[in-house]
Amino acid sequence: MTAIILLWCLTAAQAMLVAAMGCYTFRLIRGPRAQDRVLCLDAIYVSAMLLVLTVGIRAGSPIYFEAALIIAVLGFASSVALAKFLMRGEVIE
Amino acid sequence: MTRALPYPILTAALLLTWMLLTSFSPGQFILGGLIAVAASRAMAALQPSKPRLRQWQLIPRLAGIVALDILRSNIAVARIVLQRRGRKRKSGFVAIPLDLRDRTGLAVLACIVTSTPGTAWVEHAQDSNILLIHVLDLVDEQGWVTLIKSRYESLLMEIFE
Amino acid sequence: MTYAGALPAWAALLTAFLVLVGAGLTLLGAIGTLRFGSFFERVHAPTLGTSWGTGAIVLASIVCFSALGSRPVANELLIGVFITLTTPVTLMLLARAALYRDRAERKPGVPARSILRPPRGRDQQGESGGGQ
Repeated sequence: MTAIILLWCLTAAQAMLVAAMGCYTFRLIRGPRAQDRVLCLDAIYVSAMLLVLTVGIRAGSPIYFEAALIIAVLGFASSVALAKFLMRGEVIE
Repeated sequence: MTRALPYPILTAALLLTWMLLTSFSPGQFILGGLIAVAASRAMAALQPSKPRLRQWQLIPRLAGIVALDILRSNIAVARIVLQRRGRKRKSGFVAIPLDLRDRTGLAVLACIVTSTPGTAWVEHAQDSNILLIHVLDLVDEQGWVTLIKSRYESLLMEIFE
Repeated sequence: MTYAGALPAWAALLTAFLVLVGAGLTLLGAIGTLRFGSFFERVHAPTLGTSWGTGAIVLASIVCFSALGSRPVANELLIGVFITLTTPVTLMLLARAALYRDRAERKPGVPARSILRPPRGRDQQGESGGGQ
């Protein structure tokens, strides 16, 4: 019984995370300015990372944790590079 | 001791991270320990200013206060998102004169302010030590100044200065 | 989902609750970015997902795998620590970039640089303090 509840809650949570990524994508396309787009890209990375974690809980396998960690690291690096670019027009000063 | 391990806390944190990522076994302990020592030596070559912790026993208290505050402002911001469009809400910038000078303390304050929903660190002037933050639901400007100063800054000054 | 029967009831319910809370907070933050009017208001919205949204899902993962393997599993804590340390850095850089761009374009509603000058009477003190 509790297994069915957990399964449905996981499905609902994954749907909510996908909806969140959809909202961010909408804002990413609409802009209006470059800083909004970078903000949304960073938020999409975090949502995708959370989605991978919920997939890991559903599959019951800890291997997904490493994928989530890699997504988090790459998302951070790319967002910082883009934010730096907005500030000065160069990534490395 | 200081020659061999210039940054003992950094070395311990790296070793812990290594063992969390792999497994808690003697072999991984030795391998992770070697890498952590080498990395902290490399860090020493960069010569960053060394942070000093005066009263590290206050750190758990600060972490507890921050976790609860973030939870509370999570609920507050969620309510703002859900409220009807017609309600008037003013957001704006607040300038806060700080007394905290320590760089590590300022970095921790920046992390606290930014990761709390509803407040965001925008700019800090090093010469005048005035901090500019953006507040989502700005009702009482002076209230935010006293909140940041009394709740976080005084504790950070006790820890770092 | 073949393992779920092996999970004790309290762990399954706690995991389900935490996962729902985390995903709900992330979704609310995403809706916030759609509804808020200006960039500086939108900066606040994703922090819902990166603070307790991430925290709740990481806790759910820890509870689930600890109950499953009947030993404490803490590697998910690394993700939580990493996200709490890195998100403020990104948002701070973005806010400063936005301020810089808005000032360069002379947009209204952005505080001028002069707001950060020391108030009168403290001028000399401020200059001798760190004027390099």
